[in-house]
Amino acid sequence: MTRTRLFMLAVALIAFGVLPFFLKSYGLYLLTLFCVYLMATYGLNLTVGYAGQMSLGHAAFFGIGAYHAAILLKLGWPFLLVLAIAAVACFIVGLALGFPALRVQHHYLAFATLGFNVLVFLMMRNEQTITGGTFGISAIPRPSLLGYSLDGAIPFFYFTYASTLTLVALLWWLLRSPWGRAFAALRDNPIRAESLGINITAYTLLAFAIGAACAGVGGVYFAALVGFIEPAPFHFSWSMTMLLAVIVGGSGRFFGPVLGTVIIVLLPEWLRGAQNWYLAVFGFLVVALMVWLPGGLSSIPDRFARKAAK
Amino acid sequence: MGDLPQLLVSGIAAGAVYALAALGFTLLWQAAGVINFAQGEFVMLPTFAILIAIKAGASLWLAFLIACALAMLVLGVGFKRVVVDPLVRFGVIPLVIATMGLSIGLKNGTKAGYSALAFPVPSAFPSGQLAFGGVSFSYADLGTLLLAGIIVVGLQSFLNRTVTGRAMQAVAQNTDAARVLGIDVQRMVLYTFLINAVLATVAALLIAPSYLAKFDMGDSIGQKAFFAAIIGGFNQTRGALLGGVLIGVLENIVGFYISPAYKEGVALLLFLAVILFRPEGLLGKAEERKV
Amino acid sequence: MRTLIRIAAFLSSIVLAQPLLAQNTPVKIFGLVELSGTGATSGTNFNDGIKLAVKEINAAGGILGRKIDYTSNDTQSQPQVSKALAVKAIDDGAYVVMGPVFSGSILVSMVETRRAGVPNFTGGEAAAITQQGNPYIFRTSFTQSTAMPKVARYLKDTVHAKTVAVIWVNNDFGKGGRDVFVKAIEAEGIKLAADISTDPGQLDFSGAVLKAKEANADALFAYSNEEESARVLRELRKQGYPKPVVGETTLTGQKVIELAGDAANGAVAHVGLTADAPDPGIQAFAAKFQKEYNYKPDHNGLKGYTAMYIVKAVTEKVGKFDQKAFADAMHGIKLSVKQYPGILMDVSFDNNGDLDRESFMTKVVNGKQEIIATLPALSAGK
Repeated sequence: MTRTRLFMLAVALIAFGVLPFFLKSYGLYLLTLFCVYLMATYGLNLTVGYAGQMSLGHAAFFGIGAYHAAILLKLGWPFLLVLAIAAVACFIVGLALGFPALRVQHHYLAFATLGFNVLVFLMMRNEQTITGGTFGISAIPRPSLLGYSLDGAIPFFYFTYASTLTLVALLWWLLRSPWGRAFAALRDNPIRAESLGINITAYTLLAFAIGAACAGVGGVYFAALVGFIEPAPFHFSWSMTMLLAVIVGGSGRFFGPVLGTVIIVLLPEWLRGAQNWYLAVFGFLVVALMVWLPGGLSSIPDRFARKAAK
Repeated sequence: MGDLPQLLVSGIAAGAVYALAALGFTLLWQAAGVINFAQGEFVMLPTFAILIAIKAGASLWLAFLIACALAMLVLGVGFKRVVVDPLVRFGVIPLVIATMGLSIGLKNGTKAGYSALAFPVPSAFPSGQLAFGGVSFSYADLGTLLLAGIIVVGLQSFLNRTVTGRAMQAVAQNTDAARVLGIDVQRMVLYTFLINAVLATVAALLIAPSYLAKFDMGDSIGQKAFFAAIIGGFNQTRGALLGGVLIGVLENIVGFYISPAYKEGVALLLFLAVILFRPEGLLGKAEERKV
Repeated sequence: MRTLIRIAAFLSSIVLAQPLLAQNTPVKIFGLVELSGTGATSGTNFNDGIKLAVKEINAAGGILGRKIDYTSNDTQSQPQVSKALAVKAIDDGAYVVMGPVFSGSILVSMVETRRAGVPNFTGGEAAAITQQGNPYIFRTSFTQSTAMPKVARYLKDTVHAKTVAVIWVNNDFGKGGRDVFVKAIEAEGIKLAADISTDPGQLDFSGAVLKAKEANADALFAYSNEEESARVLRELRKQGYPKPVVGETTLTGQKVIELAGDAANGAVAHVGLTADAPDPGIQAFAAKFQKEYNYKPDHNGLKGYTAMYIVKAVTEKVGKFDQKAFADAMHGIKLSVKQYPGILMDVSFDNNGDLDRESFMTKVVNGKQEIIATLPALSAGK
């Protein structure tokens, strides 16, 4: 990264950090929500952008994290422990789901995750004794850290912001580490990566499971932010929206998820007047993007094509 | 156990509608390599076309014909030319993403441009029941079965008995070989798209009276079609039929005897089991990995 | 005495409202309404009712000389969206918040309006809403604990039912109603023959109806949201369900009748408000509504409309725009149509925010809702 780009990044990060002083509660809520979804989409970017896998179950992992948080936080468990449990749970479920699906054909992961998401949604709605069903779980407490309560909107925003930055930094480090370079190799040329002795299936699976864990982490913050959860935000359609966000933002680009998440979380608010048409335009935009810029916005479609032809 | 015959009939009737949508789904996959995530919206749009035509004064059957024509034009020719043709050479995934975008676009476009509310659509069949040996079957279920049956048998004989139908099957099995044989591949693919549009419109006609016309009605039928196609084996037209009927019947039986809450779960568990253990589907042959 | 109070109120309003009149800024009211999702019918009606009232009030000079600036936001029928929108409404300086209609949504979003001390009118009917000691929540229709005993009495006295099957929707609204209903019929000595739960947004009711048929009860009580109610009625007709079908509020609503078509004929329901009520004020409202929005309002249209007029009436009673004083004044208030024509029916509020007024038993005949009985307000009997 060049010095100017580093400088610009620092300016952007600081500018985002001082934004809360100019906003009321709702603006703060949206910014925090943006950070929450960013954690999830960054995870998805690893799965989609680097491992070249379509996951249609990201909202389910997001929901698993959120329900873990809702239930355990209400029992008074410490936040960081809950966070760790949710992340590990999603990671393990990701492995368990991805392993059989990846054995077969690659687009079967998309199918399996879709089914998984529908199943998780049904369980959230029907297992009333655990999840509260359609009534949801309310009065989820916000965490306190080292005795300092994060109940207020501003402290919670900074906590979430710092957590998001940490997560993104971890992913950046992961992709830069000698061990993690395999992901980039996988993205750039899977066939060559395989010939270099990289176990493609193992790395793909790992990318999928790490992506799932990130979604789980995001879900924990979501539950704490909203203070109430019920199944709707974990419906399969949200998986689709997140996937499209990552793709529109430029999958496999490190800052792609930022753009994508702006489009699905912040932009609808700014365009509230045109809200009704917003999602329609978004949908057709995706089609147009695929049709007219299949190799333009990023090199991904090409790579997908090679993958499919493999 | 007096309910069982009725459960079976209404299950098969529901399944027949899923099967129609699933059939179009598998045809598109075989002919053009399209996994159509907007299949549910392909049923929703003709429903609204029927609704609008009726409001403009058309009778139900005239409205249905108008919807058919519009569907062939927009969801057949338009979909192929604008979305599929430019993308097909990039493989499966970009097309999947494009159809997802299309699904969101069509759904929300209908919501914003027409209405977010639900509307009634008249039934093609009379209300009332046919009592038969102590069990009663509704005319709606029987009519649905009859119409879906005619469509399926007609389609199968078209595909197996006519020159065009056989050419279409040849294209579905091996595009390159079909081209060598001098078959106009593009034309055959276009026919497939047109057939899909008509199947979706028939599904719309059959399902709209009980589902009501609403912009998000496609979510459910699209998902069922997708599950049905995969369960049956999605490189097999017979597979779609089996999958659809299986889902319809199982849903009814589980919903009645076990728990309505997990009615949708049956199709899902079956789907997941198939995906993980028999990915080619119940009737499918293992797809060769194209290396 | 009353005249004296009115004069006093009038004088104080002149004194206190003077600075406000000078600014003459519009007063902001926000609607959190279900414009899409499973509650689209309810939310759209509620919202249009509010808009019609706002238009009339503004044309007549506003409240205490200030125009109403009404903004509606779509909750998508989802509780967490409602909650976020409540925060936004408070940020933007809401004087009063209207909605949501869905019980599950208001239970979540009213936490915010309560914290900020903003009066909040809801269309929700779940009994739990007003049982939490929230001094800022007010209903626009009956709580289920008021309505269900009336339905149970009808089942016993008119239908002569000994057993009843229940089809209900499993959300805050449906579950709450089912629980109160079951208690109410037990009190009347009626047995619950089948307890059939269905999902919000459910499309296929063949299994549920088959179960109801199987139960062979003397009557069926169907309790769900509008679209689902219509699908249940259609399925009942399709399978030829032979027994009386009774509901509460939604079952004979205008949109349900439209959606269910012929299948709605014969359905009976208790409703708190209906555009078909034999009352010139309500008839006039229905005509204006029809002209403005091109459809016939259901009870939610009336709820939104009357709620906005209640806001006007009570604010004028208080004489200034003070949310705390408004909420205090609401508790135990009695408003009469004679004095405030916009409220359409005499109404009184208790200390929980529950309301009381006359109600109706209705039956669908030839695709039209007909009033078969007018039931007195609870307080009138005492």
